[in-house]
Amino acid sequence: MDRLVFLLGTGVARGTVLALFALSLVLIWRATRIVNFAAGAMAVVGVYVGVAVTGATGSWWWGLVATVVAGGLLGFVVERGVLRFASARSPLSGVILAIGLVVVLQSLLGIVFGQEHEPVQPPFSDRPLQVGGVPLLSPYDLFVVVVALGLLGALRLLFVKTSLGLQLRAAAFEPEVSRLLGVRVARMRTVGWVLAASAASLAALLAVPNELGLNPHAADMLFVSAFTVAVVGGLDSPGGALLGGLTVGVVTSVVTGYLGATLAPVAVLGLLAAVLLLRPSGLFAQAEARRA
Amino acid sequence: MNARRTLLLAAGGLVLAIGATFLLDPFRNYQLALVAAYLCATAGLTVLVGLSGQLSLGHAALMAAGGYGYALTVNALTGAGVDGVGRFLGGIVGAVVVSGVVGLLLGLAGARLHGPYLAGLTLTLVVAVPAVAASVPALQGDRGVRTAFDGVPAPLRSLIALEQWQAWVALAVAAVAVTGLVLLRDGRAGLRMRAVRDDEVAAALAGIAPARVKVLAFVASAVTAGLGGSVLVFVTQSVSPGAFPLGLSLLLLVAVVVGGLGSLLGAALGAVLVVLLPWLVGTVTDALPLPDAVVQRLDGTLASLVFGVLLIALVAGAPGGLAGALTAARARRRARRAAGGAGGRRRTRPSRGGAAAAPPTGDPSAPARPATPTPTPSTPREPVRTPTEG
Amino acid sequence: MSQLRTRTRPARTHLARTHVARTAGTLALVAVVSLTACSTPAASPGVAGETVTIGTHTPLTGPAAAGYASISAAASAYFDYLNDQGGIHGRTIEYVVKDDAYNPATTQTVVRELVQEDGVLALVNGLGTPTHGSVVDYLNENGVPDLFVASGSPAWDDPEAYPWTFAFNADYVTEAKVLAHHAQETYDDAVFCVLGQDDDFGTDFTTGLTTVLGELASTQTYSVSNQDVTAQVGAMQAAGCTVNFLATVNGFTALALGTAAKMGYRAQWLSSSSGGDYPTLLGYLGEDVGPALLQGFVSTNYLPFSADDPWVELFRRVNDEYNDGAPFTGNTVYGMSVAYTFAEALARAGEDPTRESLVEALESGDVVGNGILPLQFSADSHKAFGGVGITMVDGGMQDYVGSAWTTDTGDGPVVAHDGEPVPLEDEGVPQP
Repeated sequence: MDRLVFLLGTGVARGTVLALFALSLVLIWRATRIVNFAAGAMAVVGVYVGVAVTGATGSWWWGLVATVVAGGLLGFVVERGVLRFASARSPLSGVILAIGLVVVLQSLLGIVFGQEHEPVQPPFSDRPLQVGGVPLLSPYDLFVVVVALGLLGALRLLFVKTSLGLQLRAAAFEPEVSRLLGVRVARMRTVGWVLAASAASLAALLAVPNELGLNPHAADMLFVSAFTVAVVGGLDSPGGALLGGLTVGVVTSVVTGYLGATLAPVAVLGLLAAVLLLRPSGLFAQAEARRA
Repeated sequence: MNARRTLLLAAGGLVLAIGATFLLDPFRNYQLALVAAYLCATAGLTVLVGLSGQLSLGHAALMAAGGYGYALTVNALTGAGVDGVGRFLGGIVGAVVVSGVVGLLLGLAGARLHGPYLAGLTLTLVVAVPAVAASVPALQGDRGVRTAFDGVPAPLRSLIALEQWQAWVALAVAAVAVTGLVLLRDGRAGLRMRAVRDDEVAAALAGIAPARVKVLAFVASAVTAGLGGSVLVFVTQSVSPGAFPLGLSLLLLVAVVVGGLGSLLGAALGAVLVVLLPWLVGTVTDALPLPDAVVQRLDGTLASLVFGVLLIALVAGAPGGLAGALTAARARRRARRAAGGAGGRRRTRPSRGGAAAAPPTGDPSAPARPATPTPTPSTPREPVRTPTEG
Repeated sequence: MSQLRTRTRPARTHLARTHVARTAGTLALVAVVSLTACSTPAASPGVAGETVTIGTHTPLTGPAAAGYASISAAASAYFDYLNDQGGIHGRTIEYVVKDDAYNPATTQTVVRELVQEDGVLALVNGLGTPTHGSVVDYLNENGVPDLFVASGSPAWDDPEAYPWTFAFNADYVTEAKVLAHHAQETYDDAVFCVLGQDDDFGTDFTTGLTTVLGELASTQTYSVSNQDVTAQVGAMQAAGCTVNFLATVNGFTALALGTAAKMGYRAQWLSSSSGGDYPTLLGYLGEDVGPALLQGFVSTNYLPFSADDPWVELFRRVNDEYNDGAPFTGNTVYGMSVAYTFAEALARAGEDPTRESLVEALESGDVVGNGILPLQFSADSHKAFGGVGITMVDGGMQDYVGSAWTTDTGDGPVVAHDGEPVPLEDEGVPQP
């Protein structure tokens, strides 16, 4: 029992980071109908900037700010500088451009910073709190959970309660009509990218202390898992990202604990297949438009 | 193009390609065999994405399925005392069965799932390949399965090198795979696939069962990818999960889009790209004047940087892919010539370019966007003569 | 993407191929047949008047590059040093390094390129069990010396099946048996457990441990694709493990130690040489917390590593002068040791070395290397090291404790080795 509680705690902690990253994918998907394959590489660039700033100022919090700003800035540059070449008629070209971008960013990072792993310490204790003798979440894990939940809430408010959010949603779902109604669709798309890239950079910054260290490939697996999470939860649903993240995190942790690490990816595949069998558009799919 | 003409073309192309192997040294022939193997996969992928509009990130896993199917069957046959052609053909059957079954399962899922969800499922499948290999004892984990070695048949032994023989076999398998795809594309099934891709509802009203068409496309694509995997194993006598990473899946996708989506000529260009691009990029970076100290750090990294930049530039500059750009150039030339004769400027629409940039295939967005009438170029697809038989 | 990152030599493109074919015509083809048949390799490939060309495959890009790219760089630096001293038999050594991104499919291509296009004399220090495993048949079928494989799999020592392949690393079984023996002697009332990689590395190592210790209290595995070992370390803590063996690469050794520290779990850790390099581990854990976490950490090694060892001093000099002063780690010593050992083999292979004479030199037992034990190659055994030493970290220094130990890969005993390490001679430039 203790063991299960411990594994659940670990799973929740990892799952929230996944959820935060998946949230970034959901944001870009909602804004531009593109699955951003470059999300991982872009986020790592933000983290490199943040870690450099932390090193220079000695404050992790300035690093956090720098990460978010740098991530957002990169999102802006990428949307305006690269993704605008995506052909409207062949949306796959967006995917290919993003893959090209991954290669470019990762090799640039490799050239500038090298391939080595740079250790990144969490800003405060990551020693887990003991609950009834079982190590559960650490203060750092709790911090991650709070940040992820806070961001989710804030974004929900932004999308549902503000005029900007309404415009963002309109531009995403009905670009033609929105344009006619005076929504600056291109600008909304950029805003979506900036928000999403910031969120992904933040997620990567939070995840890195739990990993081997910062290197150009630090977010590769994070992206892959987050894509799975987003699909499980439903690509249109921020709430789904959270639930999907927790589910995937817990399944991975429990399977690793009881059946071994090798089986974890198979279990995730099984989970995904099962969810999609029952809900082809993810757990939180919105009612589909009637077709025919 | 009727079926007989396709078959004749395929046979002719195969003979020419086999003849060409005499002009290549062993390493080039080895690379040619690799091109043939990857061509099986890119051709299958381009038909799946371009014709049926389903996006798969799992073709590396399907190649692996074919490779393991081949290797395990060949080893079982070796144990049973079978060798030579019988063993090879048995292995091919094993590859077709295994990759076909995996493709069928994916196809059944794909018939229910929209673009990005199918992409997510196939992506997770690829990521699980090493885990599956490690948890099924027969697959022998990371080190993979080795198979017996098939040398050059005795009558040819004094004439050709091993690599040349391997290239012949690879070309023959690729010819069969691609011809099958051409027949499928040009036949009734291909018509139905395009109908389903362009408008599922209209297709259903016209009496087509969209699910069945999608599953068929997936199985056909999976089987050809599996054939590609089996050719790789035939050439290298080993199959291991590390050879089929997510990166390969993405690379195959890059190859078919860069080649020109939906075009088999594009698939061939893409397969060449998969095999030769490293060299092209290496040459570019070698040509740059750099101090030795920098080179060590840049080794490999700079090559991928150049590749990434080129990829972005190409997609930005030629959305129809290489095949699209080629046809467009040809069409422009023809148009100029025609204009000279007829006195008036007449612009021929580059049919392949149009087709390549066709509607939101594999598009993540297609499902959610409520049937916006996409300006689908309805130019009849002139069957393109491709050297795909090779 | 990894497919794209290697360099391969020019080839005609597909288009050119068909085009050429069309113009060539059948008759021309028949004429070419005879030419192709004649293009057999020269008597000693890779050996020219002034140079000897050898090659390797190793990951320079992709996720595996971080752990291994420094090995080939160090080897290249040592070859540069040797070449500046006049080379071997008056020939300079050209070391062609091909990136395979740790992908077996790419390994197969670059190794064929090295053999067929670059015409190397030998493949030296090809890295990785799955990667090298995919080319070992090819190399042996073609009679290419396959020297000093950079992997501890026992598979490379099989002269019957692979007469051209020679191991370098102490194999995982030997390492595990020596470590287990050491633990048995040192720790009383211990609960023994293992965390291993979910491949040959982990299983071979665990086999060695159980040979000596019997059943272990807990056997955990990790997969390199998941950088979270909390569940595994938690299981070891729950099982009450006090002495933990690690069949992990450096990164995961650091992860295991770091995770245990976070969970307030204290245990004795003993690692394979593949994951026990102090400077590298310090790099992962950070200068601030690393030294405390690594205090008392035990690992095996078989190459010179004491700070005052003459070999280490020489390698440091070469590293500063020829390798841009890159961080000096176990990989540096490893790469340079491989380079030295190859140079020694080349020096013993005669004035005009051939592939055959190279293998003969190794099998003669005249090549002793630079390890804490002399190399033990013979016609019946292609195993490099028959044993390993035990190192421990104390006060920020990793150094050998006690003698080296030898054993076999079966259930033979672990015996103390009474010989001396191989001394440094002639400034590390092997003389014929």
